[in-house]
Formats: sequence, C-alpha cells, structure tokens
Amino acid sequence: MHDVAIIGVGLHPFGRFGTKSAIQMGAEAIRLALADAGAEWKDVQFAFGGSFEVDNPDAVVGLLGRTGIPFMDVYNGCATAATALEMTADGIRAGKYELGVAVGMDKHGTGAFTSDPTYYGAPSWYGENGQFLTTKFFGMKINRYMHDFGITSRTLARVAAKNYRNGVLNPNAFRRTAIEEDEILNSKMLNYPLTQRMFCSPDEGAAAVLLCRADIAHRYTSTPVFLRATALRTRRYGAYEVHSSWAAVDEDVAPTVYASRAAYETAGIGPEDVGVIQLQDTDAGAEIMHMSENGFCADGDQEKLLAEGATEIGGRLPVNTDGGLIANGEPIGASGLRQVHEIVRQLRGQAGDRQVPGNPKVGYSQLYGAPGTAGVAIMSL
Amino acid sequence: MPTVPFAPDVFTWPADEPQLIGSRCGVCAAVTFPEQPSCPRCGSVEMARRLFPRRGTLIAWTTQEFLPKAPYAGGETQETFKPFGVGLVQLGDEIRVEGRLTESDPEKLHSGGEVELTIIPFREDGDTQVVTFAFKPV
Ligand SMILES: [Zn+2]
Repeated sequence: MHDVAIIGVGLHPFGRFGTKSAIQMGAEAIRLALADAGAEWKDVQFAFGGSFEVDNPDAVVGLLGRTGIPFMDVYNGCATAATALEMTADGIRAGKYELGVAVGMDKHGTGAFTSDPTYYGAPSWYGENGQFLTTKFFGMKINRYMHDFGITSRTLARVAAKNYRNGVLNPNAFRRTAIEEDEILNSKMLNYPLTQRMFCSPDEGAAAVLLCRADIAHRYTSTPVFLRATALRTRRYGAYEVHSSWAAVDEDVAPTVYASRAAYETAGIGPEDVGVIQLQDTDAGAEIMHMSENGFCADGDQEKLLAEGATEIGGRLPVNTDGGLIANGEPIGASGLRQVHEIVRQLRGQAGDRQVPGNPKVGYSQLYGAPGTAGVAIMSL
Repeated sequence: MPTVPFAPDVFTWPADEPQLIGSRCGVCAAVTFPEQPSCPRCGSVEMARRLFPRRGTLIAWTTQEFLPKAPYAGGETQETFKPFGVGLVQLGDEIRVEGRLTESDPEKLHSGGEVELTIIPFREDGDTQVVTFAFKPV
C-alpha cells in the first residue's frame, strides 16, 4: 500500500449563487485545487465526483478538458464527500494511479431536505405520518443525550454562536454574521430542544482535493499534508439512526464510533494528538455528541468544555474553525471536502484570521448522515 | 363517520385494544416494526408476524413544531397546523418504536415516562375519518 498526500485544495464559496450551475462550481473548485498544487488538469489520471442533486458530476470535464480519464460519480448521503475522498485515496494506495482528484458539488433548494422514505429503507407511511425529518431525529437524539449526561440548552447555543463567529472570519462561508446565544435560544423552536438558529441549512457550493502518491508529492509542494487514514462505516443492528421507524432494545453505539476507532488504529494516532477538528454539525447538538463519539471527550464533559471555550479557535480542542455546517450550510456532495480544505489550510498555517495558534500537526474530520453512515479522515504534516 | 387506518398493516384495526404489527425472526429472535421480509440482524428470511404490547416506556422524545413537507399527508395548512410530539417508545422488552405522542408540551414529557398506544384522528377524506397511531402518557 502506498501512502497518500494531499497536494492541493480548492473551494468554491458556499452560499447562494443564482443561476450558476453546480457543475460550474465544481470545475472552479478543481481549478483552484490544481493552482494550489501547481498542477495541470492533464496531470490528473482519475477522479471521483460526489453530488446529491447532480446526476453526473463528471460533466465538469466539459469545462476542464475532455482528457478521457476514468471519472466515477458517487452518492452516499451526507457521507458522499468522505466516500469520494476514500475511493480516490484507495486508487492511489493500491498503486493503480499516481494522481487524482476528489470533487464534490451541490445546488440545493431552500428548506429541509425531503425525498421518498422508501428510498431510505423506511416504510412509505413514515413520511405521510410526519416522521421523515432529519431534524426530528437530531432533536430526539440530543434531547436524550442532554437528559442522560447533564447538557443544557445554553451549551447548544454556545456551539452555534461559536460556529457563526468562526464564519465571520471565513470569506468562503454562507453565514458571516455573529449571532448571540440568547438570540439563538429564542429563535423559533423547530424540534425541541433545537431552535432554528441551531441548524445548518442546505445551500450551494463545491470543493476539490488533489491527491497523489506520497513519494511524488515533492514535485508539487514543499508542504504536503499526508492522508493518514480514511474510514467509512454504516449503522449496526443496535444503533438508533436517522429515518428509523424502530430500534432494538439492545443499544449499540453510532457508526461514527466505529469509523473513528478504525481511523485512529490505521493512522496510529490518538485523539490526544489531534490539533484541529472538523465535526458534522448538522445542528448544535450533533457537534456536542460527535465530540465524544470521536474520542475527544467523555460523555457529559461538553458542558464544561464549551463553558471554558475549549472548542474555540484558540482553545485546546478547536472544532469547526471555518464555521462548520452551521455557518457554511450543507451542499451535500461538497461538505466533507470543505472540511478537508479547512484542515489542510490550518496544518499549512494558511488559515488567516482563523488560524489555530501553536502550529497544529494533526487534523481530523468526520461526516455523519442518513440513513446512518459515517466517514472519518485523519491528516498530518 | 367510518374510520380507516392511514396505512395498511401498521396496527390492528378495527379493534377495541389495537396493537402495532411487526415481525420476529425465527432464527435470532430480532424484531422489527413494521413487518419486513428478512432479518436486520442475521439476514434470515424466516420472519413471522408479531403483535406488540400496548404499553411502554418513553426512551427519547422531541416535538415537531413546523409543518412537514410532502410526503406528509396530515392535510393541515400553515394556519391550521398544530405541533405534535414524537417519541421512541420501548414496548415491553421487545422493541423500540418511533411514533407520534398525543402530548407536545415539553414540560409534560420526560424520558422514562409510561405511555400507551392510542388511535387518533389524522385527517378527513370526504366522509371518511383517517386515523393514525400515537402514544399517550398514562
Ligand atoms: Zn435474525
């Protein structure tokens, strides 16, 4: 198995862009990643492209050059970008290719996602009865977690306020206005205890990551970031997950826990080594639970950690330094590659106003989504 | 007004004491709600119909405070929609099922509370009353 390096990252801003197509945004993200690495499109030997709305992300070749490369389109719920990243890395690890790109792009309408529940393995009546809502699942999960581990609504508001604040520092973010904790708490209740300002929203954007075999990375950059591990996992029998009409009495942990453990083991790195963190914050509660599911704290410690500011850019566990999903929104196909973009910028010391102090050496990113799929990546200098 | 269930094979109806309908694996005893043709734990296809206890314990809950998009079929408008509770309820020691709660006031809901299955009006289709299942605190 070959080691894999990230030599270029590119991000089309997240937000709303009128009639501009997702394909155009994807092509721009790839151009930015190529420029970042000093590489050219003709150097790219293969690609994986992820999207929810776009049937054929590979149509970016029409804007970049029809070089005839294998270009595989993937969709895997909110873990789509983690899937594109892992498949691209695997192509290089296996020795089949030397250099490839993972790209994600999406252009969603406003409001919560909806679909046909049978496409998610749920009964069709699940939607008719008003249960087919991801926001409801997250409300239920964090409500139980808060009850079991003594987390307060104030802590939920602290998470959201932090991510909006970090978004102010990020020129590529969708939401760039700070929102105070009380305004977050007093915004419309959507699914108790989660209010409107605690949720991310679907939007538009694209991100691309250029990967190559580690031993040739020096041709492109003096500061390669090594992709030390990727892991994808789906829910086990006892896990209670999004779009479930039932759950087993014997509880199992969430798929994120299995993905996280596998990634740490592969990387030979522990949570104590990580200096900058990206977690799936579909809502403020998800970030809280994902802190412990990924090994960064014990269940319940989040109450104290948030009050101390431990997850701020200057804290000891900086989480979602670019504002996360709450400030960037979620173009599904691109979201996880936005996370990788931020980690790479932070490890290279290129994060500008939001740079984590102390030269972090290891970064970690996690995605989670319906109907119970998680993806983790660990990167280091 | 005649009453019809909002979907077939979700609960026994008509019945004085309706029960949710699921399935149980003949190999590993895993249970599901609703019925499904194979086992989510061991993959066996030896699934038999199973009726669940009517009473249970509230494991987790939230509220649904905005009108869901289609495919929601409750028939309300933005003006007529009233929030409802949603809970994960453990029935006996068999299974946890997700369903509506008749109570939507967070002050009156708590994990560990005892609840019972009830059949409630869902929407009117002409002269037919469509009904759904829910859990009410006891
Ligand atoms: Zn079985």
